[in-house]
Amino acid sequence: MQINVNNKPLDTQAATLEMLAAELSLPAKGVAVAIGNKMVQRSLWAETALSEDMHITIIKAACGG
Amino acid sequence: MTELTQEQKLRYNRHIILEGFGREGQERLMQGRVLLVGVGGLGSPAALYLAAAGAGTIGIVDGDNVSLANLQRQVAHTTNDVGRLKVDSAEDKIRAINPDVKVEKHPFFLSEDNARQLIAEYDFIIDGSDNFATKYLVNDACVMLGKACSIGGISRYSGQLMTHVPGSACYRCIFPEPPAMNDVETCSQVGVLGSIAGMLGTMQATECIKYLSGVGTLLTGTLLTFDALTMEWGRLDFPHDEDCPLCGNKPTITELKEYAFQPCNKKNKTKCFQTN
Repeated sequence: MQINVNNKPLDTQAATLEMLAAELSLPAKGVAVAIGNKMVQRSLWAETALSEDMHITIIKAACGG
Repeated sequence: MTELTQEQKLRYNRHIILEGFGREGQERLMQGRVLLVGVGGLGSPAALYLAAAGAGTIGIVDGDNVSLANLQRQVAHTTNDVGRLKVDSAEDKIRAINPDVKVEKHPFFLSEDNARQLIAEYDFIIDGSDNFATKYLVNDACVMLGKACSIGGISRYSGQLMTHVPGSACYRCIFPEPPAMNDVETCSQVGVLGSIAGMLGTMQATECIKYLSGVGTLLTGTLLTFDALTMEWGRLDFPHDEDCPLCGNKPTITELKEYAFQPCNKKNKTKCFQTN
């Protein structure tokens, strides 16, 4: 299916957020994921199903100051 | 509460006539005590605008000296300040802008040994540090002490910030743990667009001014993100995480320990982002 990750279209085989995170090799720490404008806690990734055209934002913690 | 002097009525006129802010808001701001953790890219613009706004007391904790590579974004410091302590350099600018403001200098780095005592003395904490160890230390200490804070971060062309007040979600509700060391990108490694520090730092000052004066709605439960390449702002809402290791129902972090306090500089480039 096609989804949208950080404003770019992405074809994915992943059915859940957890599978998407694995597909994109997201690090285990320091990364947050939102669907629309709502963040999804990591503990819920496995049960969060992806759907066509879903808008996903992946954000890394920024340490600069 | 003391009456505003004639000079103060003029200096703060644009706040005083501002609907919703007024003399009362200004007087509350003038009673406020804010602590800047770091007076670098984020802390510099925050310091200048808080000084101009008439924040009562600005504490600055920073053990670093001004270097030439700081000047591309750390606007409280000038070419002539290179080599000076940042707290001294920033104090001069704050005093020049507004002699009403009391400056408290803490010329050392925030650590697990001094964080509680220092943060307890202030009303609002602005994290403008350049490493995860300090950001998590500020967050953890503020949650434990029931203090309000703004945590900001910048990298490359983007920035992010959030506000915490007692009871609201904390930085660990978004990012329970800092990234693994190999995944961390510091500004000294990947660079940062200097003006972003100004945008995010002034927003942190804005949150502080709102909190102290009592106007508006704070940026709690939301991570504000900015991307300079597309000029897009984002608001990502995050709930208070019941499983948060710090502020959740069964916290596992109950004391300040095992942070590594290595400031980012050339001497310890490889250590500056270690934590836990």
